[in-house]
Amino acid sequence: MIYMDNAATTLHKPDAVKTAVLAALDTMGNAGRGASEPALDASRIIYGAREKLARFFNAESAAQIVFTANSTESLNIAIKGLICPGDHVITTVLEHNSVLRPLYECRERGAELSILGCDEKGNISYDEMEREVKENTKAIVCTHASNLTGNMIDLKKVGKIAGKHGLLFVVDASQTAGVWPVDVRENGIDVLCFTGHKGLMGPQGTGGMYVRPGVRIRPLLSGGSGIDTYNPHHPSQMPTALEAGTLNGHGIAGLSAAVSFLEETGLDVIRAKEQSLMRRFYEGISCIPGVKVYGDFGTEQRAAIVSFNIGDYDSSEVSDELNTEYGIVTRPGAHCAPLMHQALGTVEQGAVRFSFSYYNTEEEADAAIQAVKELAQE
Amino acid sequence: MRKKVLKLVVTFHTTADAMAMEKACKEAEVPGRLIPVPREISAGCGLAWCAPLSEREKLLVVMAEHGIEQEDLHECMLL
Repeated sequence: MIYMDNAATTLHKPDAVKTAVLAALDTMGNAGRGASEPALDASRIIYGAREKLARFFNAESAAQIVFTANSTESLNIAIKGLICPGDHVITTVLEHNSVLRPLYECRERGAELSILGCDEKGNISYDEMEREVKENTKAIVCTHASNLTGNMIDLKKVGKIAGKHGLLFVVDASQTAGVWPVDVRENGIDVLCFTGHKGLMGPQGTGGMYVRPGVRIRPLLSGGSGIDTYNPHHPSQMPTALEAGTLNGHGIAGLSAAVSFLEETGLDVIRAKEQSLMRRFYEGISCIPGVKVYGDFGTEQRAAIVSFNIGDYDSSEVSDELNTEYGIVTRPGAHCAPLMHQALGTVEQGAVRFSFSYYNTEEEADAAIQAVKELAQE
Repeated sequence: MRKKVLKLVVTFHTTADAMAMEKACKEAEVPGRLIPVPREISAGCGLAWCAPLSEREKLLVVMAEHGIEQEDLHECMLL
């Protein structure tokens, strides 16, 4: 099997991740629940992961890193916990449903929403974004990279707009964390939402968020915290304020090992490999008659994603053919990105998405090019 | 039962603060350990840092250096 659906989840994880999860299954008690060795062992591992992620994203301290199950949970906490009726929010058509649906819910409760369009290559206009700012604008919520085209949004530019107008800046780093460096302070990010199982190469069921000190988010969940038991309200201190119930300690042990692997390997090394594979594949298929590739490949600043269609073939059929005839795993359809597909005019056809990881090889990319060539000739 | 002695007990707002304390003290080689909060103390976090009375100054230095926020500092008779 050639696995090229890494934008959905990275299938191949570093060995250290598997070792860490297995070890945790043998040793971990419940973090923050008592001072027994198993409980402390869990607390130490989870605190260590907070410290690593704080360093990874250049957060002020480990207490600003909250663990969740995935980006969707982080985005729900951030969006629903910050936006009130009457607030105006700016977002883009590049967004995944994990951003759009919570925002739509806010709109149904009385918030206003402006959704920035894109050009034919799938890029937004930063001038247009700034023109959308009005008196009641509370936040800009956007992705770092489209999960369909791979196009990236310049966080520094958006952070400057947010900073200039006193807006909250919430970022969905699902497609970039672990591959592209994200410095929360340099980019003026108030809330960064990430998942552990994609570029960070940790286990599924891990994710989290960075919250800038001073940003108060109404918790989505309340309940057990291991602290302040007789308080009828959930504690307000970070990170506990946004973590209710037992954390996924076993998964976080794996995520912690994954972050160490990324730091030891180097994001520049990982990114160079992914970019080279993406470029090789793009150049191999973009000249094939009948193949239409979506997104902007005129820049180095993009996620390692290549989405395309062959003629008017249904993307699901092409993806299924790639799977059954060539053993190549891709993702067809709508990719939970309805507005991006609408913008590209691919609602009916969907698109076939190839997404690369550090563990893919040039031989795999070449085999994928050959497969697309053969399918396009049929 | 063993005889109780007077010890320092530092309490915290969150488990993350308690874990930061343990790590910082280990690095600075300041003796002590995490214990469940004794019943005579009202504390937010269920974990407290317990150390000999003689370590008070060193503890305060470590907490200041690492920006660790304590909830309170007590002296308790403990086993």
